[in-house]
Amino acid sequence: MGCGVTKSNQLRLKPCDRGNISVPAMRAALLIQRWYRQYVARLEMRRRCTWNVFQSIEYSGQQDHIKLYNFFSYLMDHFSSANSQRNLVSQMFGESDLFQDAEWERHFCYKDIEVPDVYAGPHLSFPLTISNVTELVDAFKNKQKLHARYVLQLLGKTWTLLRLMPNISHVCTCKHKEITICGDLHGHLEDLLLIFYKNGFPSAETPYVFNGDFVDRGKESIEILLVLFAFLLLYPHDVHLNRGNHEDHIVNLRYGFTKEVLGKYQVHGKMILKLLQKIFSWLPLATVIDQKVLILHGGISDKTDLNVIAKLDRHRFVSALRPLKRRGASARPKEAALEPDGDDEFSSVRRRVQSLTHGAPVRLRQELQRHSVHSESGRTGRSVEEELRERRRLAGLSLLSESDCAEVLEADADDWKQIVDVLWSDPMSQNGCVPNEVRGGGCYWGPDVTQEVLDRHKLQLLIRSHECKQEGYEFCHNGRVLTIFSASNYYDVGSNRGAYIRLGPDLIPHFKQFQASRSTRDLTLRQSVGRTERSALQALRMQLFAHKSALIREFQEYDPQCTGLISLKHWAVAVEKVLRLGLPWRVLRSQLVSGSTQDGTLNYHDWVNQLSVIQPNTEIANTSLLETLYKHHSNLESIFRMIDTDHSGLISFEEFHQTWKLLSSHLQTDISDKAISDLAESIDFNKDGSIDINEFMEAFRLVEHSRAEMEAPPSPD
Amino acid sequence: MFVKFIEIHNFLLSENIITETQKRISNAFDVFDHESNKTVDVREIGTIIRSLGCFPSEADLHDIIAELEEEEPTGFVRYEKFLPTMTKILLERKFRPITEDLLLQAFEVLDQQKKGHLEPEELTKYLTQEGEPFTQEEMDEMLSAAVDPDKNVILYRDFVSMMTFDDTR
Repeated sequence: MGCGVTKSNQLRLKPCDRGNISVPAMRAALLIQRWYRQYVARLEMRRRCTWNVFQSIEYSGQQDHIKLYNFFSYLMDHFSSANSQRNLVSQMFGESDLFQDAEWERHFCYKDIEVPDVYAGPHLSFPLTISNVTELVDAFKNKQKLHARYVLQLLGKTWTLLRLMPNISHVCTCKHKEITICGDLHGHLEDLLLIFYKNGFPSAETPYVFNGDFVDRGKESIEILLVLFAFLLLYPHDVHLNRGNHEDHIVNLRYGFTKEVLGKYQVHGKMILKLLQKIFSWLPLATVIDQKVLILHGGISDKTDLNVIAKLDRHRFVSALRPLKRRGASARPKEAALEPDGDDEFSSVRRRVQSLTHGAPVRLRQELQRHSVHSESGRTGRSVEEELRERRRLAGLSLLSESDCAEVLEADADDWKQIVDVLWSDPMSQNGCVPNEVRGGGCYWGPDVTQEVLDRHKLQLLIRSHECKQEGYEFCHNGRVLTIFSASNYYDVGSNRGAYIRLGPDLIPHFKQFQASRSTRDLTLRQSVGRTERSALQALRMQLFAHKSALIREFQEYDPQCTGLISLKHWAVAVEKVLRLGLPWRVLRSQLVSGSTQDGTLNYHDWVNQLSVIQPNTEIANTSLLETLYKHHSNLESIFRMIDTDHSGLISFEEFHQTWKLLSSHLQTDISDKAISDLAESIDFNKDGSIDINEFMEAFRLVEHSRAEMEAPPSPD
Repeated sequence: MFVKFIEIHNFLLSENIITETQKRISNAFDVFDHESNKTVDVREIGTIIRSLGCFPSEADLHDIIAELEEEEPTGFVRYEKFLPTMTKILLERKFRPITEDLLLQAFEVLDQQKKGHLEPEELTKYLTQEGEPFTQEEMDEMLSAAVDPDKNVILYRDFVSMMTFDDTR
């Protein structure tokens, strides 16, 4: 786009060759071209910066979530049931999930749910017909909701169907068909409808593969699922769904799907979510076309083995974030070792284990910091199994006869790793395979691994999704890995296009790109860059605000004489040190720092105060708690939703208290009981002593919106 | 005495300028260093150089890239090679900015009939056939911003002021 290279010998002016064009005109053209290309390059720089901001924040959020989850796992694995925190966590994980499938089927029965006469939405009858499904799609286009009865019926049938499917679907283009492959949709129904509009509905003539991440982030995740499942039921041989890392109830707690379902289905939401948990675990893991093209959501690692993947019990991995519950009818062996009956010897073991909580997670946190994936010597980078083994060792599990459990655990760990790698990994340009510490799960794998794994399985191409790409698709690893992403405007309006692939018997991918929302297409380049940029900056300001205290402390390091001033150079260094997002702060500086500079110095107190968003209505006495709230509001919300096991949307004061205690344990900061009670008092608890999760979180989300409104951009050029 | 002072002052200033300059270069480079391994795709070099305030032509870029590439081109440019080259470009102020006046003059030259505006076809002909021709995409993009939607012409005076207004960034 203007910054490429053109043949140089054509560029020298040859006046004699041009009949009626004067030299000055040629010079003028050259000048205009030169100028315009510089202008576009500057915009491109801004766009790329904005992109990096969004991506950093996204991945750091994901990393956060996984760290939180690992913390809970650790609690589960190493604390006895005498520990209240551990019990709270075990409640969240639904460890009492012992029903058989048949019992579950009774539980999910839709038959008693009546559809009232006033219901104006679509009615489904089974077996589904094409007109049923088109009616469903139209209904969703008109923002209607499918009644819970039909939802459960549809999901129930989907579950039954998926249980018959193998882990890896094999498809062929032998009937001279072209297969359409779509990437992440993330609740963007508009994009799915656009694809269907441009490419046609799924059918025997138009087979599709949907490569995971159907839900979260966008607001119409359940609609997407229902449409995809409906087409799956209609054409089970021609529609193929792969599981993505977001087809995971633990991830859904944080990224919006759980909330969406509970909001849309207040009475039956919980049941729907439970059934979806099962469905997600039964989604196939990969699709192979003509034995030559492998399609899966995240990627591979050097240990990826399709034969192992084909044989494992995929449905046992309800969440890819959690290793399996131990097999066997009896209580978990580890627990037996750690659960004394008042025996002194054992209680000392327990004490030792407890202190280890404060050991291992810190290390884990340090290891999970985002840093270069360039392989340097002396770099720690534990594989998942190594980490598991280390934790167990630290917990003094040598007490047990590990050989008994070892075999079972080992196989489980291998299977688990295969799945995590498939769902979470990202490609990198260097050779090798290292843990994906930016996301917190899976690997970064290099071109040598691609070659080895593909050759070993006699495959020629790997198609994956998982990463947003500006043009909707991107090749890497010498054209052997192709990323396809179908949610346009993912980070914000105008941030990227979506794309899908058409693949015929020649197995050469053809791309179709699109971008939802008319208004984006009509914006000029500059307007759309400007818009996305404002949004990214807003997100960044929130991050900065959340780290206010730490920032001030860091600035003060550079201001020993307490002048209140700091050089812009030091500003950049300090900000990176605190936020650790790896962003080019100097380039971003002009957007984040305005007005407070004279002669290259900044009054940092003023600047930090200027970042302040509007205070929420609640009076929060303790400011450090407010900051913790901002900084960790996603974690807080995740914990709330996990605690709220009956999905009522309400938590009691006691649970509220427990949440903060858990959070403080995880963060290793001190949050005093008094601070928590003060906070609780200032919040409007309901008469029965519970608070509404949504209301609580909303109080802080409103703040983000009002600020954005305050800073409404000037009218577009 | 006074001259000496100026010399020393300039020297100290220039030391500072060099580090500042290098920081700027490093930051711009990092934006495109997707793998955080101090390399960028050679196709992004033009963007990086231009974002640092330079206005090279395509021919200039071609020469710079030839200098930056490895003996066996990998498609990547390493920071160690980029830094000295770019530092030199910035300190020598090569590829100076095109001012608003100069840009306006250029449009006026193309407006041979002195209409005060240009037809889209006229501009397209010049920019896609002369000099270092635009691709269709580049042309379309410029037209989308430049053409007045009511009159369907390019009011270049307005266009130039609007575009250069942004230069405070």
